[in-house]
This record gives sequence, structure tokens and C-alpha cells, in this order.
Amino acid sequence: MRLAEAWRVAMAALVANRMRSSLTMLGMVIGVGAVVILVALGTGTKNMVEAQVEGLGSNLLIVVPGQVNLNAAPAVSRMDNQDLDAMIKVVGDRERITATLTSGETVRAGNASTFTTVNGVMESTPKVFLRGLRTGTYLSRTDVDTGRRVAVLGSLVAQKLFGERDAVGQQVTIAGVRFRVIGVFAPLGQSLGVDRDNEVHIPITTAQRLFGTGRVDAFAVKAPDRETIDRLGEQLLSELRRRHPDTEFSAVTQEQILGVLGNILGILTTVLAAIAGISLLVGGVGVSNIMLVSVRERTREIGLRKAVGARPRDIGIQFLLEAVLLTTVGGIGGTILGVIAALLTAALSPVPAAITWWSMVLAFGVSAAVGIIFGVVPAQRAGRLDPVVALRTD
Amino acid sequence: MIEAVDVARSYELDGVSVPALRGVSLTIEDGDYVAIIGPSGSGKSTLMHLLGALDRPTSGKLLINGQDIATLGAPDMARLRNETIGFVFQAFHLLPRTSALDNVALPLVYRGLGARERRKRAMSTLERVGLGHRVNHRPNQLSGGEQQRVAIARALVTEPKVLLADEPTGNLDSATGQAVLDLLEKLNTESHVALVMVTHDRDIATRARRQIAMRDGEIVP
Repeated sequence: MRLAEAWRVAMAALVANRMRSSLTMLGMVIGVGAVVILVALGTGTKNMVEAQVEGLGSNLLIVVPGQVNLNAAPAVSRMDNQDLDAMIKVVGDRERITATLTSGETVRAGNASTFTTVNGVMESTPKVFLRGLRTGTYLSRTDVDTGRRVAVLGSLVAQKLFGERDAVGQQVTIAGVRFRVIGVFAPLGQSLGVDRDNEVHIPITTAQRLFGTGRVDAFAVKAPDRETIDRLGEQLLSELRRRHPDTEFSAVTQEQILGVLGNILGILTTVLAAIAGISLLVGGVGVSNIMLVSVRERTREIGLRKAVGARPRDIGIQFLLEAVLLTTVGGIGGTILGVIAALLTAALSPVPAAITWWSMVLAFGVSAAVGIIFGVVPAQRAGRLDPVVALRTD
Repeated sequence: MIEAVDVARSYELDGVSVPALRGVSLTIEDGDYVAIIGPSGSGKSTLMHLLGALDRPTSGKLLINGQDIATLGAPDMARLRNETIGFVFQAFHLLPRTSALDNVALPLVYRGLGARERRKRAMSTLERVGLGHRVNHRPNQLSGGEQQRVAIARALVTEPKVLLADEPTGNLDSATGQAVLDLLEKLNTESHVALVMVTHDRDIATRARRQIAMRDGEIVP
């Protein structure tokens, strides 16, 4: 029997049992749809997180004391201003490095107050982290060198303290000390769960005086290009280790952060897809079941076809194609449904969706495979039917 | 054409071997017209299944068109049936929801013929059995006699050497049955296709050139 003819026969059989075929397909539609939507949402989330990390600025290198471990609390820093000078020397360009000293503080203006992250930083910070101002100016080198009490507010802090009024030129109190607002950041949104609009930048020298410490928590360095980033990290670390022989330091790049986060989100996506895969499996069992019913119901037809010259193979292929047709048509329906559902979710909720061509190809391939795997047993059973017995069946 | 020598067939039922046919020898010549007659349970259907290569004997030698059935696998037997044998069943066994034309063309599907050639041959065969005007009707739109004529056309479309008819008039009233018998006999004389008819009706059997009477799985002399 020609394959085209077998397709035609399989199609006719499915159309003849419209209700049953559609319900069986529905199982596949749900299974494939679930895989497509969950993979789309998982991938979308991964893309979003990656974009956020990349949004911190490119070719970034963060140097911190201790080991970088997602489970461990950050180590207390032993780095100070001498280390900062040494680091600037290694980098060779004060514009490419910034240091931070961070503390959570309540900031007040008049009767308004808000709890926020106060970052003591250097004047180079906007260049390292690619941050823009909405109004006013940023800290200058003189501000840092002389330890002036000036502050740049995150847009959320400015909004909480001053509402719609312009904050530039106003006074705020941080830890009981007065500061003059010289600028307000442009809104940035969240990055890795941190609201980057809820922070205040002051000169690091001022921060050290304010918090009574000579400490520097971390350095951030912007490498000239991707190629030099690892070597620069090594140079910075060896200088720090030379200066503090008994202390461990780490230099992390965005790529490393992305790698770790990407792994976690990748696993998450896989787990989601696997759970959805179970429903695909259930759909496959449904196909197998209905094919067995179909073989039994059409025993006489099988006997007749064999009597007029169908080989076991011809019968087997006919039933296998029926199963594959059920699952692939269901698979296409499920893909369309999954894509629509993913787009709707992305449009109506903050969860992003990324529809990837590979997930659709995979869904189609898996549905065809499900049809073959779950169609083989019924098809073999049909092919092996004894024509004499089959013809005698009522 | 068909030669059976001491052919026996038994079935396993719950581990017990039940003989259905106990050593039958016969020959069907080209253009023959043979009636196999006997009460139910006499083994005549079993014999017909063997003659039609639907089944294999448990022992004995069975040659169909010169081929020893014992040496053939399932695909070869299917091919032998397709090329040499035409079956006509008591219950017609037409595919429902399928036009008369497609029912008749069905054996040609398994011969690998293209759709156009199948339609052409099925059309001319339907005309031979007098149903040229009913080609697009489905079985449930046809009378019993018409359905059996479609089934005869299906058996005939491959130009077989032998027609095996199992109680072909069993589901028809006597007048329609007569017409179907007349058609089969006409094909036998005109096309020289051998006709083997299984029946329990003595009147029908006497119309054949030879009668083979069976009882308890054996030919009664």
C-alpha cells in the first residue's frame, strides 16, 4: 500500500469518529500546550533576569572580600582607603573604578522619612554602572576628596521625601547629619530583586566619617573590553592578597553571575517542562487506549482488508499513522494554544514570555514520537490479527 | 489450480486440540464450479479458509497456484490472496461510510495501483455486475442484493483465478439470491474463473458441476 493512501485511510477513520478523535486530541493539546507555555514563561524569566544583570553595565568586575556564594552572608570587609589607592593604581584609570560602603539608614526631610540604602561611592560611579540623572548633577571628585555632605537621591527616595517637588537644593538628614541634595537619579526599576531607585549616593569619604569607619565594602571596575576582564580581575586579586595575606577575595564578572542564575533558571525551566511532560504522557496513554478500542472495533474491517491482500505491515502502518495523526494534529493545536496562552500571560501579568522556535519544534517532534511510541502496540496487535478469527467477529 | 492432499486442521482450545478438518484431499481445476455442502460444524468453512490461503493446515499438503502454503510467510500469503483469490462472504463485509466504487477498488490499493487506475478498473467491474449506476452509493444506501453484487465486484476486480463464496445467498431473500447465483454462474462460464461455493442448501449445491459433501471434518463419498 502506498503511504499517501495509508494517510488517506487514517484520516478517513479519524473523521468517521469525530467526537472520539477530538477528545483524544484534546489530551495532546493540553499536554503540548502546557509544555509550550511553561517553557515560554521559563525562558522569558531567564531572559529578563539576564537583561537585568547586563543592565548593570557591560564588562563589569565586582571585587569583594570572601567567597562569592549565593548561600553565604557577605563577609565583613577589611579593605580600606589604602587598598582603594592600590586598586586605582592597578586599574590605571580613576574613571573606571568605584568603591562602595553601604549602610541601611533612615533619611528625613521635614516630616517625611524613608528607610533606604545609603551608598558611599566615588564620582566615577555613573560611568561604571551606566546611571543617568533626572535632575541636578552627580558627585564630583572634589566632593569625594573633601568629604562634602552632598547627596544624590534615587527617584523613589526623592518621590517619598519631596513628592512632585524638585529635590535639588533641598536638605535631607541622614543618620542625624544634614546633607544637601545635588541630584536625582533617573528611574531604573528593579535589578535582581533590588529596587535600584530606593538608594542614596553620598561621597565615600563622607560615608566613612558618618558611619565611623575607614572600611571599603567592595570595588566595582569597568574593564576596557571583554578580553582583558579576566586578567584585570587576577591582577586586582593578587594585589589585594599581597596586602592582606590571610584574607580571601573574589572577583566576579557579570558572566559568572549570569552563569549561576542561568543554571538555576535553566533547571527551573526543565523541571516545569518535565511536569508538563507528564500530562503529555497521560495524553499518549489516552491515544494508546483509544487506538486499542479502535482496533477491536474494526476487527472485521481488518479481517476483510487482510482477505483482499493487506499484509500485516499494511495494517500496522495504517493504525500507526492514525495514532501519529492524532498526536501531531493535537500537538499543532497544543502549540497554537500554548503560544496564545503565553502571549496572554505576558500581556496581562508581569511574567515575561519568550516563545522559542526550538520549543515548538520539540513539541511537534515529541507529539509525533508519542504517537509512534503509543501507537506501536495497537498497530502490532492489528497487524497480527488472524484474518479467519477477525472475519468471524461480530 | 488448488490441490489439497490429506489436509488436516485442528484448533487449540484451552490446551486441547480440537480437529476441524481430518485429512481432506481435493483438486479445484481452472474454471471449475464446485459446491461444498454440509451441515454447520462439518468443517466446510475451515476448508474454505484453507483454500483461500487465509489459514494454514496443521498437516497435509496444500498447493495454491503451484505454491506450497507451508513455505509462505504472512506477506506472501497476503499477496497470493490478492492476486489469485476472490472472496464473497455471507455478510458481504463491505466497508461502511465508503462508496461502492472505493469498496470495489480496495484490493487494488494493496496491489499498489494508483488512484486513477483503481477507479477505472473498479468502475468497469461494477458495470460487469450491473451496478454502473450505483458507484457513489454507500453500503447502507444499497439493497442486500446490490451489496452482495458490490462484494462480488470487489472479489472480481483483481481478476482472480478462483472465487470462493461462503454462503453468498445466506443473507438474501430467495429471488435476490437467485439473481446473485445467476451472476456468479455467468462469471464462471464467461470469464472462466473457478467458482467454489460453500452452502448448506442442497438445491443451490445441485446447480454446481461437482458437489463435495462434508461431515465431521471429512469428505463424505
